[in-house]
Amino acid sequence: MTADSLATLSDQLILAAILLYLAAMIGYALELAFGTRPAQVRELVRSDGGTVTETQPGEPVVWARQAGRLAVGASWIGWAANVTATLTRGLAVERWPWGNMYEFVVAMILAAVTVYLFMQLRYPVRFLGAFVTVIAALGLGFAVRVLYTQAGPVVPALDSYWVAIHVSAAIAASGLFTVGGVAAALYLIRREGESRLPARADLERIAHRVIVIGFPIWTFAVISGALWADKAWGRYWNWDPKEVWAFITWVAYAAYLHARATAGWKGKAAMIVSLIAFGCLLFNLVGVNIFFGGLHSYADVP
Amino acid sequence: MTVVEEEQKQAAKPVGLGVIGWLRWGWRTLTSMRTALILLFLFALASVPGSVFPQRAVDPGQVARYFAAEPVRAEWLDRFWMFDVFRSPWFAAIYLLLFLSLVGCVLPRTLAHLKEIRRKPPAAPRNLLRLPHHAELDGELTLADAVAVLKKRRFRVETGPDWVAAEKGHLRETGNLVFHLALLVLLLAVGVGGLYGYKGNVLVVEGDGFANTVAAYDRYVPGASVTAESLEPFSFRLTDFQATYVGPGHEKVGQPLTYSATLSVKDAPGAPDRVVDLQVNEPLDVNGTLTYLIGHGYAPVFTVTDGAGQVAYEGPVPCLTSNTSTFESECVIKVPDAAPQQLAFLGRFLPSTLPAGDDWVSVFPGAVNPTVQIWPFAGDLGLDSGQPQSVYDLGAHQNLKPLGKMTAQPRPLAVGEALDLPDGAGKIQFTGVKEWIALQTTYDPGRMPALLASIATVLGLVLSLTIRRRRVWVRMTDGRATVGGLSRTEGSNFTDEFAEIVASLNPRSGVTDDR
Ligand code: HEM
Repeated sequence: MTADSLATLSDQLILAAILLYLAAMIGYALELAFGTRPAQVRELVRSDGGTVTETQPGEPVVWARQAGRLAVGASWIGWAANVTATLTRGLAVERWPWGNMYEFVVAMILAAVTVYLFMQLRYPVRFLGAFVTVIAALGLGFAVRVLYTQAGPVVPALDSYWVAIHVSAAIAASGLFTVGGVAAALYLIRREGESRLPARADLERIAHRVIVIGFPIWTFAVISGALWADKAWGRYWNWDPKEVWAFITWVAYAAYLHARATAGWKGKAAMIVSLIAFGCLLFNLVGVNIFFGGLHSYADVP
Repeated sequence: MTVVEEEQKQAAKPVGLGVIGWLRWGWRTLTSMRTALILLFLFALASVPGSVFPQRAVDPGQVARYFAAEPVRAEWLDRFWMFDVFRSPWFAAIYLLLFLSLVGCVLPRTLAHLKEIRRKPPAAPRNLLRLPHHAELDGELTLADAVAVLKKRRFRVETGPDWVAAEKGHLRETGNLVFHLALLVLLLAVGVGGLYGYKGNVLVVEGDGFANTVAAYDRYVPGASVTAESLEPFSFRLTDFQATYVGPGHEKVGQPLTYSATLSVKDAPGAPDRVVDLQVNEPLDVNGTLTYLIGHGYAPVFTVTDGAGQVAYEGPVPCLTSNTSTFESECVIKVPDAAPQQLAFLGRFLPSTLPAGDDWVSVFPGAVNPTVQIWPFAGDLGLDSGQPQSVYDLGAHQNLKPLGKMTAQPRPLAVGEALDLPDGAGKIQFTGVKEWIALQTTYDPGRMPALLASIATVLGLVLSLTIRRRRVWVRMTDGRATVGGLSRTEGSNFTDEFAEIVASLNPRSGVTDDR
């Protein structure tokens, strides 16, 4: 295939991925809404005349569970389209396919979906799917509508093996943090007590697990960024806006981990800190490029 | 630090409010983990304005533009060091406090940890069934078996008359300490780099040379402890510069693809020449002094003949790029040696010229069809006035008069063409095109320590986040063994591992977990 047809194929696969993620989202949402019959509270009359209330857990609803399973299938196919889109883009331009904002956002969404799909293989976290796929569809839509850049070569500053190291780490960490952000947001939306959403403790555990994995990777992304900056700009740290916000994000996640591990803050407060950190992450990925500019030359938002 | 330790620190409020008491309380508060965290937070928060406002150290031109656009606001912002955030006293104060706090917090903890590592696991409590994790074994178990099993699981083991105590996970605190110590080293390395390092910028035209001395730089920013003698004595000549661009037919036509500067380098006076291909991301390294290619532009070559028929100027003139996608550039040519009057020229250099109406434009950054438009002036350049002047600017010279009638768009000269000046004032000939490169040289002795420290930071962090500290005891009473377990790390899940341990002690046992 020629470079042009590979690039076109990549663009079409992104559209396919958006549609598949949307379809999956509907399936997940159906399961969330109708998957379990409401818990039954019955009053029983005891033999001595008193009454006891008995709560019977809700039973699964077969068709809705089926919808959930189909949604997982659709997510995997969407994921495959997303992977192939990234691969064909890379082949078309003969470099790592994260050389501009469009490619970076596509890769980051891919990372988030990957984290979710592999997580649900091992842990009962299918409910997260509704939220992860809606973010994936919105993110890809945003990339296509706002950030789209025709496949092509990059400027000399980005023509370096450091792309593979630094940017890949940033992408992987962002994918993990995105899943953590979803779990934390659900935690806050969900109140104590009965809910269709899983227990708060489960949500907190999910958020914690992905952040614990994501944090060292993020640290590595920042350090490798400094190494690259030492090679490219002649100083390893100069408080460029991207560096400032990468550092702020790092401190915010560190604060979350510390708060949980040493101050013993569990639950709401820690979840809010983790969401603030996630906000910093998003601001660094998108806001810094739009508002501040700086030396990150990939950051040309069209 | 566990919650309990934190509470102990909190409890130590000043006793008899004497000066010593307050000092002691102040030091305790400053060095508590909580204060260190708050300071780290403040440190991050304090760096925000540095990303919002242009910084002098990064882009002085942008700061000047801000001052021009919003003079009053800029004046006020400047009072709070908003354009020098990272060199401001308040930023330094946070940095120093954080540093002190880390020192005070980490050193005592390191000592305590060193003692703790050598301590044996504590003896088994009387009743293991009261522990959060426990099990009764119904099979036969000897103490020796228990010791073997636990040792195999890499526990540190201590035995008593009828008990075994085992502990694991000291690496958690070790990692934590390594992390904080490395952070300290990192802060130090950055400071040392600032003191003993320097940065210089210089522009070199093809064919010209450069020797690493303070005087050779266009801009030189030394650290407080750098002397002129400490500069690495290397020199080089720029023999060639090549840039390639995306060709026509693509959305990104004109986008640069590669830059490559060929240098002939002498590492020290008298050393043999070596040829270096300088590229973006691949600096020249002379014993840790690094020289980077950070920009490029055009330097058209002119020969100026004055009214007396003498060659008054001959050579390249570096032009400032006014449009980075077409490399349209602005040139200033000053000819102080011209007689009878000094001459000056404004030039507009177009690397790939196309006519556009009664104007000319550049359509491509490469020098495919280079031309230059010339506006001549004559008079007094005022170079003797003692006022510093920029070579890129004619400034407001009252004593320079346009030569002849000023036209908005003079016909551009192609290479080899000359413009005859009116009134027999001489002529200017455009004889060729060279390129210039902008270089930045940096020396930072803190680079390597900073790198090693940051790697240690990550390793320490991973250890302190992934390792859990836990204890296991086995006690024999009347030939029956009970097992107890305790996780000393908050929020960690010990249940599964405890079950495994019990199973390996005795496959037929039952586990209870009442957390
Ligand atoms: C952690 C948050 C960061 C993210 C998400 C991020 C992301 C990126 C991305 C997407 C690129 C473009 C590479 C490409 O598209 O091919 C890049 C390039 C680069 N980054 Fe970062 N970066 C971050 C932090 C840093 C830091 C903290 C530094 C330096 C201390 C740094 C230094 C660099 C350098 C030197 C380049 C290449 C040169 C250039 O773009 O002109 N980055 N980064």
